[in-house]
Amino acid sequence: MELTTVWFAVIAFLWIGYFVLEGFDFGVGILLRVLGRDEPERRAVVTTIGPVWDGNEVWLITAGAMTFAAFPEWYATLFSAFYLPLFAILVALILRGVALEYRGKRDDLPWRSRMDTLIVIGSLAPSLLWGIAFANLVRGIPLDASYEFVGGLGDLLSPFALLGGVTFTAVFVAHGAIFLALRTTDELRERANRLAGWTGLVAAGLAVGFLAWAQQLRGDRWSVLIAVAAALALVGGLVANRVRREGWAFAGTAVAVALAVTSLFVAMFPAVMPSTLDPGSTLTTAAAASTPYTLKILTVIAAIFTPLVMLYQGWTYWVFRKRVIVGV
Amino acid sequence: MDTLDLARWQFAITTVYHFFFVPVTISLVAITAGLQTAWYRTGKDKYLRLTKFYGKLFLINIAMGVVTGLVQEFQFGMNWSDYSRFVGDVFGAPLALEGLLAFFVESTFIGLWIFGWDRLPKKVHLACIWMVVLGTQLSAYFILAANSWMQNPVGFRYNAERGRAELTDLWAVLTNKVVLVTFPHTIFAAFMVGGAFVAAVAIWHLVRRPGVDTGAFRTAMRLGAVIVIAAGAGVALSGDQQGKVMTEVQPMKMAAAEALYQSEKPASFSVFTIGTLDGSQEIFSVKVPYLLSFLATGTFDGQVEGINNLQQAYEKLYGPGSYNPNVPLTYWTFRLMIGVGMTAVALAVLLLWMTRKGREPHRLLIWMALPLPLLPLFANVFGWVFTETGRQPWLVFGLMPTSAGVSPGTTSTEILISLLGFTVLYGVLAVVEAKLMLKSIRAGLAGTSPPADPSGPDDDSDDDGSAEAKPLSFAY
Repeated sequence: MELTTVWFAVIAFLWIGYFVLEGFDFGVGILLRVLGRDEPERRAVVTTIGPVWDGNEVWLITAGAMTFAAFPEWYATLFSAFYLPLFAILVALILRGVALEYRGKRDDLPWRSRMDTLIVIGSLAPSLLWGIAFANLVRGIPLDASYEFVGGLGDLLSPFALLGGVTFTAVFVAHGAIFLALRTTDELRERANRLAGWTGLVAAGLAVGFLAWAQQLRGDRWSVLIAVAAALALVGGLVANRVRREGWAFAGTAVAVALAVTSLFVAMFPAVMPSTLDPGSTLTTAAAASTPYTLKILTVIAAIFTPLVMLYQGWTYWVFRKRVIVGV
Repeated sequence: MDTLDLARWQFAITTVYHFFFVPVTISLVAITAGLQTAWYRTGKDKYLRLTKFYGKLFLINIAMGVVTGLVQEFQFGMNWSDYSRFVGDVFGAPLALEGLLAFFVESTFIGLWIFGWDRLPKKVHLACIWMVVLGTQLSAYFILAANSWMQNPVGFRYNAERGRAELTDLWAVLTNKVVLVTFPHTIFAAFMVGGAFVAAVAIWHLVRRPGVDTGAFRTAMRLGAVIVIAAGAGVALSGDQQGKVMTEVQPMKMAAAEALYQSEKPASFSVFTIGTLDGSQEIFSVKVPYLLSFLATGTFDGQVEGINNLQQAYEKLYGPGSYNPNVPLTYWTFRLMIGVGMTAVALAVLLLWMTRKGREPHRLLIWMALPLPLLPLFANVFGWVFTETGRQPWLVFGLMPTSAGVSPGTTSTEILISLLGFTVLYGVLAVVEAKLMLKSIRAGLAGTSPPADPSGPDDDSDDDGSAEAKPLSFAY
């Protein structure tokens, strides 16, 4: 396989890791005030993601840095084209990170309530905006011959992009609810389980619509197949949730998120930034890539350290595998 | 202002702001790890309580460091996309290494440390915070390697056809002579901040609350002061090395740092100079003969190039244009970096002397509590402003002028929105952080429970005991 293809796969893998992992902690954040009815419950909800959300977010940072190193043209075009959405994502992630870290640093309830609001907004906004951004990645944006974005904010907010935003959010909410059902006990667990049931149905409906539209815009046999598998995994997860097999349910939504994102990347390939103006200005892996020397070095480093990262992050989940009990 | 000016302001504001948290984080986590190690080895309660106390302050601080660090990585692509296209092949590699090797370690093990107090064996839990220390050090190294490449590009070739710099030797980038001297300098400077912070917080407690946890805070105060002095020595030695490397690879920066317009041999060090407003001529100056020659070249009669001579040489090399950085800014930040940092060391010496042999800290020491950590913190910031201003007008020295790096497609409205947005957000967060810090500092060691007492009240104070039954509260 060409190194540029390998690196396209690595970048896709990092985004998949990011959405599978931060996807559920976004979902938990969005549901914080819905499922947590009082302070002890909300504290329990936040504690389920406490030890891991920061590590999950690093998948995004690494995806960004790896794109910079392996596909500088992609990084430059992507980040300058999605300027205002990225600014909004940054603000949301800053507020969310600060709120998660600071909520427990003061005892008074108004403080915690304010932090909770920030966690909800800081989880909801990036979910929506990443969905919009990824829909645009698949659909393409107006690029000129030097791969510069020549459109405006309006070009990024097409119906397809908005559907992408809503779909990502709904899927993360279901994914988060199932994670909460898996990580809590008693009444909170019941509530999370019920909520996962009906939000999962909404998410499944939206996901099928969005993926079908995406495949129709830019898809091949493989991406269609993967999208269908994603939908099946989601349905499987929901069935498992229904019969209270929470571990299987979470595995189901995790696989569904992973496959759905995979299908989007497979549909795009070999383009990394399709142009809606002229097929000739579509940025491809080959045109966006760094030199073979850089890619080779990055490959060696990634081959050694990515498994290591997965190992110790996996260990974190193992250490904190016990269900969180609502305190008094 | 055009997009270039706005983008430069935005980079300056977000980077300087981010860097207020970086030195504190780097040093405070290491000091906390040291305190926890002391507890692990001696079993003394005071070390555990200090670990939790300073550990909490470290967590409040690192939260801000992490979230403001996010902006750093994104804004290369957002505001400086032509720069990213030009350097990505080289500059991206250390950033990728930072993400994969440092950030994952840092963020994962910090979660394990916060929530693992009673889930992990003591030894494993201690190892977790040392992993965080390792992560912060690696992160500093990689980002400084990236920055050093902008000061002194090595290990690449210029591909004219693609119009970009391409990596030929990653090892050369990672062992750039600039990063080899900049890394120790930056780390020592960071430890001056952390040591001063630890000492200052302890002074406040010892003076304002005599009799409360005196033993523990006395240990912290003296430990902090010793760290400031030792790190200060490290800063001076590494800074001296750095000056010589800088003279070699960026003579213009050294000339601007000294406002030296004509080459001199031997060159004298300017302690204080007042120039004309445009900075092109001296009006009044206090100088130490031979010193600059020694600082810059290692010999007392070495030649130091002047700004005007370098300007002529650069015009021949790179074509017409001005290659002078902002001389007054470079000159004064260089002096402030050294002067303010040295004052902090002097205060630390004074502090040790005044509390020698078990002497009670004098009431007057309270006047040190605020300036002691602020002085090295600002010295750090002045150092960065100096080194980045001194590189101008280059983004990558000798390769890419700053004006060529800005995103061509980005509008000034977009940059203005994000510039104002970040500035306002950062302003608000600074207030929140400072208040939270002060609140936690005031709470003192009372907020940390002794190890064998699982019956404490259910609030932030209880990290031990019935952890299976309720969420941990060290962080949440």
